[in-house]
Amino acid sequence: MHQSIKRVNSLEDLLELQRQYSHIADFRTGRRREDGHREVLICGDTGCVANDSTEVVREFNRQLAAEGLEDQVKVSVIGCFGFCVQGPIVKIMPDNTMYVKVKPEDVPDIVHQHLLDSRRVKRLLYHDPSSGRDLEHSEDFPFYKKQKRVVMRNLGLVHPEKMEESIAFRGYEALARCVCEKTPQEVIDIVRASGLRGRGGAGFPTGIKWQAAADQPGDVKYIVCNADEGDPGAFMDRAILEGDPNSVLEAIAIAGYAIGAHEGIIYIRAEYPSAIHRLKLALTQAHQYGFLGKNIFGSGFDFDITLRYGAGAFVCGEETALLHSIEGGRGEPTPKPPFPFEHGLYGKPTIINNVETLANIPVILLEGAEWFSSIGRPGCSGTKVFCLAGKVRNVGLVEVPMGTTLREIIFDIGGGIRDDKRFKAVQTGGPSGGCIPESHLDTPIDYDSLKALGSIMGSGGMIVMDQDNCMVDVAKFFLEFAIEESCGKCAPCRIGTKRLHELLTKVTSGRATDNDLELLEEFGQTICASSLCGLGQSAPNPVLTTLRYFRDEYEQHVHDHHCAAEVCIDLMEFEITDACIGCNVCKKNCPVSCIDGAIREKHHINQADCIKCGSCMSICPVGAIIKK
Amino acid sequence: MPDGRTDNPQLIALQTYLNGLDKDEGSLIVALQRAQELIGYLSEDAIFMVGQTLNIPVSKVYGVVTFYSFFRTRPRGKYDIKVCLGTACFVRKSPAILNELATLLQMEVGTTREDLKYSLNTVRCLGACGSAPIVQVNDDLYANVQVSDVAGIIRRYLD
Amino acid sequence: MSEAVKSQTAPVAEAAETLTVTINGQAVKARPGQTILEVAKENGYHIPTLCHFDLANLRYVNEVASCRICMVEDRKRGRLYPACATPVSDGMDIQTNSLRVIRNRRNVLELILSDHPFDCLVCWKNGDCELQALASEVGLREIRVKGERHQVNVDTSSLSFIRDSSKCILCKRCVTMCSQVQSVNVYSAVGRGFNSVISTAFDLPMIDTNCTFCGQCLSVCPTGALAEVSNIDKVWAALTSGKHVVVQTAPAVRVALGEAFGMPPGSNVTGRMVTALKQMGFNEVFDTNFAADLTIMEEATELVHRIEHGGRLPILTSCCPGWVKFFEHQFSDMLDVPSSSKSPHEMFGSVIKTYFAERQGLKPEDIIVVSVMPCVAKKFESARPELMNEGVSDVDIVITTRELARMIQEISLDLENLEDTPFDDPFGESTGAAAIFGSSGGVIEAALRTAYEIMTGDKLEDVNFTPLRGLEGSKEATVSINGAPIRIGVASGLGNARKMIESIRSGEQVYHAIEIMACPGGCIAGGGQPYHFGNMELIKKRMEAIYAIDDNAEVRKSHENTAVQRLYREYLGEPYGQKAKELLHTTYTPRRKF
Ligand SMILES: Cc1cc2nc3c(=O)[nH]c(=O)nc-3n(C[C@H](O)[C@H](O)[C@H](O)COP(=O)(O)O)c2cc1C
Ligand code: SF4
Ligand code: SF4
Ligand code: SF4
Ligand code: SF4
Ligand code: SF4
Ligand code: SF4
Ligand code: SF4
Ligand code: SF4
Ligand code: FES
Ligand code: FES
Ligand code: FES
Repeated sequence: MHQSIKRVNSLEDLLELQRQYSHIADFRTGRRREDGHREVLICGDTGCVANDSTEVVREFNRQLAAEGLEDQVKVSVIGCFGFCVQGPIVKIMPDNTMYVKVKPEDVPDIVHQHLLDSRRVKRLLYHDPSSGRDLEHSEDFPFYKKQKRVVMRNLGLVHPEKMEESIAFRGYEALARCVCEKTPQEVIDIVRASGLRGRGGAGFPTGIKWQAAADQPGDVKYIVCNADEGDPGAFMDRAILEGDPNSVLEAIAIAGYAIGAHEGIIYIRAEYPSAIHRLKLALTQAHQYGFLGKNIFGSGFDFDITLRYGAGAFVCGEETALLHSIEGGRGEPTPKPPFPFEHGLYGKPTIINNVETLANIPVILLEGAEWFSSIGRPGCSGTKVFCLAGKVRNVGLVEVPMGTTLREIIFDIGGGIRDDKRFKAVQTGGPSGGCIPESHLDTPIDYDSLKALGSIMGSGGMIVMDQDNCMVDVAKFFLEFAIEESCGKCAPCRIGTKRLHELLTKVTSGRATDNDLELLEEFGQTICASSLCGLGQSAPNPVLTTLRYFRDEYEQHVHDHHCAAEVCIDLMEFEITDACIGCNVCKKNCPVSCIDGAIREKHHINQADCIKCGSCMSICPVGAIIKK
Repeated sequence: MPDGRTDNPQLIALQTYLNGLDKDEGSLIVALQRAQELIGYLSEDAIFMVGQTLNIPVSKVYGVVTFYSFFRTRPRGKYDIKVCLGTACFVRKSPAILNELATLLQMEVGTTREDLKYSLNTVRCLGACGSAPIVQVNDDLYANVQVSDVAGIIRRYLD
Repeated sequence: MSEAVKSQTAPVAEAAETLTVTINGQAVKARPGQTILEVAKENGYHIPTLCHFDLANLRYVNEVASCRICMVEDRKRGRLYPACATPVSDGMDIQTNSLRVIRNRRNVLELILSDHPFDCLVCWKNGDCELQALASEVGLREIRVKGERHQVNVDTSSLSFIRDSSKCILCKRCVTMCSQVQSVNVYSAVGRGFNSVISTAFDLPMIDTNCTFCGQCLSVCPTGALAEVSNIDKVWAALTSGKHVVVQTAPAVRVALGEAFGMPPGSNVTGRMVTALKQMGFNEVFDTNFAADLTIMEEATELVHRIEHGGRLPILTSCCPGWVKFFEHQFSDMLDVPSSSKSPHEMFGSVIKTYFAERQGLKPEDIIVVSVMPCVAKKFESARPELMNEGVSDVDIVITTRELARMIQEISLDLENLEDTPFDDPFGESTGAAAIFGSSGGVIEAALRTAYEIMTGDKLEDVNFTPLRGLEGSKEATVSINGAPIRIGVASGLGNARKMIESIRSGEQVYHAIEIMACPGGCIAGGGQPYHFGNMELIKKRMEAIYAIDDNAEVRKSHENTAVQRLYREYLGEPYGQKAKELLHTTYTPRRKF
């Protein structure tokens, strides 16, 4: 840690510091080399940590010490590179070599071959299945080719715990320029002109929201950063906060300046300990540098940020629920109007913005509204980060310009479906989004086009499904989530989601009739139209879209009692084929003793008693048992 | 503990912490989080103490405690096992892993074993979807878990 | 953000009508801040509601907007909005009855009923249930989505009321009542999602909570989730037990009982009620009003005593058991402040089991005293150990006005067309001062009439202390007695009571005497009266009927009640004297604060 950090008192001071630190940025980006000096960047984000990247770091430190290389080679733990499926990821700078799936035992090879001998460790390079080549530079990976990093500009580049690195990459310059050179109205005007829309789900134009709060009378206002990220299958906000916390802090302060607030609050899930840790560090440093606190950059503007932790309730991502939670209550939404911008936290005008929305703000102010609006599509500018997951090959965080098609994301960036299976659907928008079929894959993504398909942009979860996923089962899964997370306040959502789930269970167990499908549709619509908050209003989306696009699958369950994906266990039977050699193993292992058969004779399953546990099938030495 | 006196060191620590907080509802969730950190769960005494000290009706505190899944009113096991049932993990078969854990540990999902050794719960997305399915035991994360890995994982937490 | 409930301390100034809204095709004017529901109502459009309730006079609104029954369509925005919680905005184009509205309303109700037991025929709320009435109004004829019901717990721990969460629709009216109006905070929503319930801290049984048993939550619950513990069967059993069964009726019962028989609110049915009780077979039908006069003798004397002997002031009235229990929980360090006088019906029970028993040559155990009360707290009160004499309770059975109505229905009497019968002697006599006990401010007014004359020895010419009357939650007045100003405070509703006690505790206010009633408006709005569902107009009518009884009374000061005078002469001796203290006074118990 720096012992003697000097408070930065003006824009000029900051720019001077930026020049001082510019060598960091130059080295990191490969613009500058120093003889013999190298840097090992290792992803320290949750995905890679789960794959033991911490041990990789330790091993590097050990090996480098053993070789006496500590002074020439620096090891930096850094934010998510996005290509998480290939984690742990290690990048050597300034050679710009990316190694993937690095295990601790691979470290000696990297140290000896690459760092000491400047030879690449071939087997750790990314093997591109489309070209069949081993690629060294990430720019050449198909995964990165169609991406554009605006929000994630600093991820995998800037050390999230070192303020001087942030400064080197122009951190806090936008804030300094705002408070020193611009009026709040000018700031709002730029954000409005940029066309930035909220990335938290609804896509509300950020500038208009800020304007509404700025126009409210009173001198106590709040700006809340929504880092509750509750969508299962989405982690871009966490990645941003862990990889580049300073951009978000800077943006919150800018928003505060724009609307006339002096207090910001980050509402973050308690399940994100390392993001919290990084934020706390960044906050302390920002205070030491004078980027937050009193009289920022000598402008007279005071601003402070505090952290509040969510306590495990998805619905607290909803604005009013979030505010109640900060106020110490149950996170139950209240009707809007009144909107938070007029009557928010403690009754004061409050703006709530999502992490990703905010992460756009500093670049917009540095590069200009025009630059930003030139990315993406008209009415929907900029990029969007998606968390690509499920049955796709290249699972990870991808950032693309708005208007990129689903097909490009899934097939060009995502590399298509794993194990050469068939694509079936992509689910966007998290648990309350919808499932989109093959026929709509060429839709350019933006808020409105997804809505037209019955789905939503949501926070950017994107789950790919293949032929092995049963769409009724998938809808049921999402409803389970809704039931678990419904706050229970309003009747349509509290009871309705339960009823939809029961109806779906009827379908998956073969007890449903056509009438039940009608009821699913009718009550799904009622829940959308009548629920109090966004959770209930969108909870039926997975059901309604699967009914719309995959009705044949439902009908198959209803009419033929058949689940083509072989997922709905109640509709399946285990059967012993003629391949049976009568070994008796299955009979001995069946937990409910429903298999008959004499030794060396074909066995038989008594279907009425079978609980479909599947253990006979996995145990049969000759594979004589099949699932139908 | 109706008179507010106690010999329990954890409760005394909690009381000291609470005394330093702003006495308003905005402190409630923070206070409960701290109480759970100190005691491991939210005992009736702790809830009562939080309510009384912050001047918030105990019924309300209880309503808040039962709303958030992060709060628990019973002690957790020594090894807190969580299986991610987030979408990415779900589509990559985490329910089967959960089943296997429940079978091997002979316990129901969502419970803590009598001997306070294991708790088995589900979570929604641990933010490591790229390596789905994910199992977490206390602070250790296991990635790309297969059903056949489960026994091996348990073996590391036998003491 | 403020919780679901709005509480304003000052009346809202009538804003100008500046908005134009279209309702069902007709343009109407509206004021900013009004809800769609209010505007629709003003213009004669009915929108069904369920969770919403509006205690207009107390300015408490249950605005949780959770049932979604009142949804209407804004054609301009193409969306549905809950009328009860959505402010109007200029140019709204509201349809209250489009097909879309009707279909969604029916479906939502169907969902609510799919999680509800079909117990109507045997439900205590049958006939008084808003949910039942709504189902009838909406015309639902089939529940197509049957399924699991939420987990249920039935709490029968208290002597006052039962909570059956299977019938709860989570409207939170009870929470609003208990927390916002009464400031007791017994309830909270507990759990989340489908299995959320309204419950207590740690799901404690009611008897272990700080509930005051005021029963106000009952008065507003739209369903049978909250209902009094019925003692009807006990009364029938008493009447056939061969024992001597005495019944007494509280002041507030007579002005509300008629409502249960379709009579207009505020009908005074005293004589007809007595007839009905006679026909049920009670040996004596006495008037609690007699005991109210007796209470005044004691309380006024105690007040005079405290003023003249430098005792603890202010004195607080103690005839409301809800208030007493509230005090025991919340201000357990101040238990010497309330008057030690028992409540009227308890005094009465005590007199019946001693004086009356001796006169009749009966053993106290052979007498059963039944009280008909506007109150469910009295059920709890009657079992207090402090109110027992050698193991015999002063009062044996308490039933509410509603239970009495049901008993009358059970024996198929047409209350409206019964003859009048007077109360029995010797405890049928009462004064106008006793009658007004039923309304907030009445007890202290009655006490003043007597205290004034005791202290000054002069005759009080104008007995009306009008500043102490009315439905406002807090009232105060200064009365000059012997040239000294006596400061009087009146609070009804426990939230107001709390504020008043806190103001004296902090030294901000000084009073000599304070009357407190747990129920907003006093016993006329008691938890045992025909359900008021927050309708303050109804309560006002009952109040007017009470003051009319006083106005028409020949004798309007308690100490002029000749039967009371005789009781002191023959048995009790001095008011607040030794025998009186023994029989008519009680003690309080400190209880845990929640
Ligand atoms: C049930 C529900 C959950 C939500 N969860 C989140 C969330 O986790 N993170 C988030 O930023 N927004 C979430 N939102 C959206 C927010 O309510 C809000 O619209 C957003 O934070 C506004 O910021 P933006 O304008 O920058 O998008 C959620 C909304 C609903 C209805
Ligand atoms: S829609 Fe669901 S989450 Fe939202 S208020 Fe209603 S019950 Fe709660
Ligand atoms: S599936 Fe399970 S229950 Fe059925 S026959 Fe096989 S082993 Fe037995
Ligand atoms: S285990 Fe396979 S081969 Fe052996 S008896 Fe069973 S079905 Fe036949
Ligand atoms: S609460 Fe109402 S609707 Fe429910 S059973 Fe009772 S009377 Fe019927
Ligand atoms: S309304 Fe219907 S259910 Fe009720 S008593 Fe009459 S016939 Fe029976
Ligand atoms: S009876 Fe009174 S104190 Fe008790 S819960 Fe109901 S409203 Fe609250
Ligand atoms: S108990 Fe009655 S008033 Fe309370 S929430 Fe349930 S239905 Fe509403
Ligand atoms: S005000 Fe009357 S009805 Fe209400 S609790 Fe007190 S005594 Fe009972
Ligand atoms: S977590 Fe390491 S690359 Fe995403
Ligand atoms: S869904 Fe399991 S880690 Fe994200
Ligand atoms: S009456 Fe309006 S939502 Fe319930």
